[in-house]
Amino acid sequence: MVVRRLLITAALLFLVLFLVLPLIDVFSQALAAGLGVYFSALYDPNVADAIYLTLLIAAVAVPANLVFGICASWCIAKFDFFGRNLLITLIDIPFSISPVIAGLLEVLMFGLNGLLGGWLSANNIQIIFALPGMILATTFVTFPFVAREVIPLAQEQGVEEEEAAVTLGAGFFSIFWRVSLPKLRWGLLYGVLLCNARAMGEFGAVSVVSGKIFGQTDTMSLAVESLYESYELQAAFAVASLLAMLAVVTLVLKAGLEWRHRDELAAGRRKKTA
Amino acid sequence: MSVSLSWRRPSILPGFYPTLTLTLLWLAIIVIIPLGIMLWFTAGLGWDGFFAVILRKRVLLDLFVSLWTAFAASFFNMFAGLLVAWVLVRYKFFGWRIADALVDLPFALPTAVAGIALSTLYAPQGWLGALLAPLGIQIAFKPAGIVVAMIFISLPFIVRTIQPVIQDLEVEQEEAASLMGATPWQIFWRISLPAILPSLVTGFALALARCLGEYGSIIFIAGNKPMVSEIVPLLIVAQLDQFDYQGATAIGTLMLGVSFLLLLAINLLQAWVRRRHGG
Repeated sequence: MVVRRLLITAALLFLVLFLVLPLIDVFSQALAAGLGVYFSALYDPNVADAIYLTLLIAAVAVPANLVFGICASWCIAKFDFFGRNLLITLIDIPFSISPVIAGLLEVLMFGLNGLLGGWLSANNIQIIFALPGMILATTFVTFPFVAREVIPLAQEQGVEEEEAAVTLGAGFFSIFWRVSLPKLRWGLLYGVLLCNARAMGEFGAVSVVSGKIFGQTDTMSLAVESLYESYELQAAFAVASLLAMLAVVTLVLKAGLEWRHRDELAAGRRKKTA
Repeated sequence: MSVSLSWRRPSILPGFYPTLTLTLLWLAIIVIIPLGIMLWFTAGLGWDGFFAVILRKRVLLDLFVSLWTAFAASFFNMFAGLLVAWVLVRYKFFGWRIADALVDLPFALPTAVAGIALSTLYAPQGWLGALLAPLGIQIAFKPAGIVVAMIFISLPFIVRTIQPVIQDLEVEQEEAASLMGATPWQIFWRISLPAILPSLVTGFALALARCLGEYGSIIFIAGNKPMVSEIVPLLIVAQLDQFDYQGATAIGTLMLGVSFLLLLAINLLQAWVRRRHGG
């Protein structure tokens, strides 16, 4: 009993010190000068632009990776082919690459001295230091999120029901829509949730390819940095508090999903760590 | 019966080629081609050009900073993560669900937010910094700050990797050992830990990779003094800010190479651990 209490206390102390305190710090700094200052910092039109840009980037990157995740889970989980494990490994690559390198890759592709730089500038298309580059960089860092949630889940579920549907004459889309998707939906939602949190919060990759013009090419994360660097702490923490709220909402939804659909999600989880 | 030499097992399900094509295409466009281009640019530098960049004193010392801080943080988290995972699986206490959800906070909290929060917390006037200052300990704007930020961001990788393994441990074995007179410590050391160890190594590898690549949460607290508290990702950004694409590319490739070798080494270590403990 003593050991139990000691261990629980130590673990909770560690969590409070390293995780809870930073979270509380964000809100307390944001509200340090009162609600009036807090809201006036957020009413800045540049902040509104940053929020819009953040939502826009996530609105492209997340659906793109959702479609990819679905395609990947179908061909990897429902079929057995040579090179399948290699494909899974390749999909995981962005997880082990620094976000800064993700940004660097886009610069080398589309920057002025990059591979396509000459052609792009001749045709007056700007990708780096503009929205398309930020979307591409975000897509890179969030690339595996949906796929790696859904693939193990789909593998666990096997192919019997889908095969039965084929013998009854169903086509690809109706099998996917009526048979596979209902079994996968919570896993998909889970992946989308994590993918979205990362897409909206991404900093390193986006920072490399953004022009860092507050009000034009600043996302919320980048606005936090710009404001912090220009010693506008209050405003920096006000924007940061919005992102922190997004994180808290994500965690609550995630915990809710895990709680209500534990069995469906757990199948995939076991497979992944095996 | 004829044995098919096809590269895939026959299946009656439709949609294989379209989905595989889309998957490969998307993978190529987003991941493979850009990585290939970076390696191609590096090859364009030649050996001399490559080594001229990576043998710079600042590059080598920054790499050293990145490596030792990442190792220190991941090593620390092996213990902290094991403690947290063990407590979350074995004990159900008041607020258990909140504590469990909280472990994922570093996944969900944008790194820039974590960065400014940690740096104000550990700054000499901050809540924690003010407590540590009388003891002569300064964390923010020192290499120790990098370690603290890395501990924050890599914790969930270790906890979430070992949690399911602890869950699947067979309590019967522990009970049997207990009946035969083993102390709780002996049980943990001889029975539970060997079973957890392979996954702990996996978690360590994941944490290490994350720490080495991390940028956002570190740069605010690090101090960013070249060769002392500057991490490699920041050095890459510094090269890019000076439009030194070749320097950035060479350092980027160096970093990829180092991470790859580390992961390879850890995989070998893990194979050895599994063999030894039969896990």
